[in-house]
Amino acid sequence: MGTDTLVSVRDLKKHFPVTKGALRRKVGAVRAVDGVSFDIERGQTLGLVGESGSGKSTIGRTLLRLEEPTEGTVHFDGVDLGGLSPGDLRKTRPRMQMVFQDPHACLNPRMTVSSIIGEPLVEHESMSSKERNARVEELLGLVGLKAEHANRYPHEFSGGQRQRIGIARAIALNPDLIVCDEPIAALDVSIQAQVVNLMEELQDLLGLTYLFISHDLGMVRHIADRVAVMYLGRIMELADVDALYEDPRHPYTRALQSSAPVPDPVVEATREKIVLEGDIPSPSNPPSGCVFSTRCPEAVDRCRSEVPVWREVSPGHGVACHLVDAPAS
Amino acid sequence: MTEPEATSVDGVVEAADDEKVVHRSLWGDVWRQFRRHKGAMAGLIVLLFVSIASFVGPLLLPYDAVEADIKMRNQGPSWKHPLGTDNLGRDMVARSMVGGRISLLVAITAMGLAVSLGTTVGILAGFYRRLDGLLMRLTDMFLALPVLPLLMVIFMLFRDSLRAAFGPEQGIFMLIVLIIGVTSWMQTARVVRGEVLTIKQQEFVAAAHSIGTRKRNVIFRHILPNCMSPVMVAAALGMAVAIITESALSFLGLGFPSDFPTWGRLLYDGKDFISITPMRVVGPGTLISLTVLSVNFIGDGLRDALDPKLRSR
Repeated sequence: MGTDTLVSVRDLKKHFPVTKGALRRKVGAVRAVDGVSFDIERGQTLGLVGESGSGKSTIGRTLLRLEEPTEGTVHFDGVDLGGLSPGDLRKTRPRMQMVFQDPHACLNPRMTVSSIIGEPLVEHESMSSKERNARVEELLGLVGLKAEHANRYPHEFSGGQRQRIGIARAIALNPDLIVCDEPIAALDVSIQAQVVNLMEELQDLLGLTYLFISHDLGMVRHIADRVAVMYLGRIMELADVDALYEDPRHPYTRALQSSAPVPDPVVEATREKIVLEGDIPSPSNPPSGCVFSTRCPEAVDRCRSEVPVWREVSPGHGVACHLVDAPAS
Repeated sequence: MTEPEATSVDGVVEAADDEKVVHRSLWGDVWRQFRRHKGAMAGLIVLLFVSIASFVGPLLLPYDAVEADIKMRNQGPSWKHPLGTDNLGRDMVARSMVGGRISLLVAITAMGLAVSLGTTVGILAGFYRRLDGLLMRLTDMFLALPVLPLLMVIFMLFRDSLRAAFGPEQGIFMLIVLIIGVTSWMQTARVVRGEVLTIKQQEFVAAAHSIGTRKRNVIFRHILPNCMSPVMVAAALGMAVAIITESALSFLGLGFPSDFPTWGRLLYDGKDFISITPMRVVGPGTLISLTVLSVNFIGDGLRDALDPKLRSR
């Protein structure tokens, strides 16, 4: 669609080999991500939702090439990341950063906050320690922490504060893209809103582009411009946030949405809920045909034998489902 | 935290001319916490005392550690000779002090060698998957070596050539340090590798990669500081083991020449006279135990001081 595409992912696959025995014979593969394509426009937020094990985090890591993709390409601002040498990749790193899920594990417990936030500056900028400390204090201010916090260690902070430190580290080098890997999943609900609002403020202030990975549909609706729904390593539906929430086309999207409670007791008591049976299948042995066919309440024979192709039901609204017909309704 | 914040009624003015926030260093914090560990401080004082006595003490004493004085042989403890004299009339205090030089030097260098070797192997094996199998099998191989027979063979083979090359003392010193170091790094390597494998999976290491931190810096900034506690324990134990191994070697007659006192050598020479002059054994024996004990305490204190989570208590 738009002309200013920052990230372009095409047919990305990440398979983790399963080995067995003393000789490490390869006996299979976990298809964590299995053929995913999407674009992110500059300055926008793509929400990536799905249940645990659907490969959301793997997409985030593969996109930043923290994991080597098995197949497929990632273009970042027109450059194919897969083709970069380690040295060139390192030079591109400042432009794409990551905020992690677990605020307790993503900060080195042996480093002070100022050295944590200062690390990207040490690695990529030649600053005097005075300049660096000034920048660290500026960053602390940006994420709503105080300059005196610079001297403390991560364990002296609450989860929300730690997540702010993680965000400060991510924005230290003025990146274009930040991959947010469930940044709010480990936080209290009251803190979640603060952190999400902070991220939105920073997006406006610094012109950031987010890939926002989450399983919290409500939060994604709040922050995202476009939303991709993942299931078992594939994207089921991808649309603008309003289109997806007002007019979900894929049965899985509908089921996901109906699983989220509505903050109105009357509606909540009367609305029809789609309850999915069973668990998400193992990504090492995905079902044939449509991966969702084993749990889909509307599945027909065709779903079990034929992989659904990606079709656009309206401009910018794509679905992978046999039951959805091209431009209709 | 440990440091009381600079409090002031007029905080704004204070902050303005006090260069705002002082960015504390890791080692400053470690030292501050280390000082609060009573056992470690006691250990440090004892070790310092023993070291100073060993290196400076002999210069102040009126007796020579090597020159014999047959008239004064096999004396019991007295004011002139607090630990008595040996069968050649040499003062045991002087000999213990001089012996401490070699024992401490051997302990520190051998421990340094063993710990750095073990840490390097452990980190490489844990961090680079390709090297893991190779390095760990090498470690297993070293663990399977029987140490004492090996020592004897090495001594037989190399003693004379090293003596010829570096002089009797230096030659034996290098040989002993090398042998102790090369035969005691394996435990450290194994423990460090295990630690690295768990640390490597943590998100802050992924964060460092995503920042674009160089591999070298990932290792030195993130991996190494987080596996310091087993390294510290290994270092303390390694020093103790080195002192004891050196003593054992000297005790077996494989160590330094007999006119060259070390604590182990003094024990070896003294054991035949234990019924006449028991202080000949008690003195060096106590020194060995005391040093090993204080090194263990120091290691304990360092490990606690290096962990920020324990530090705030």
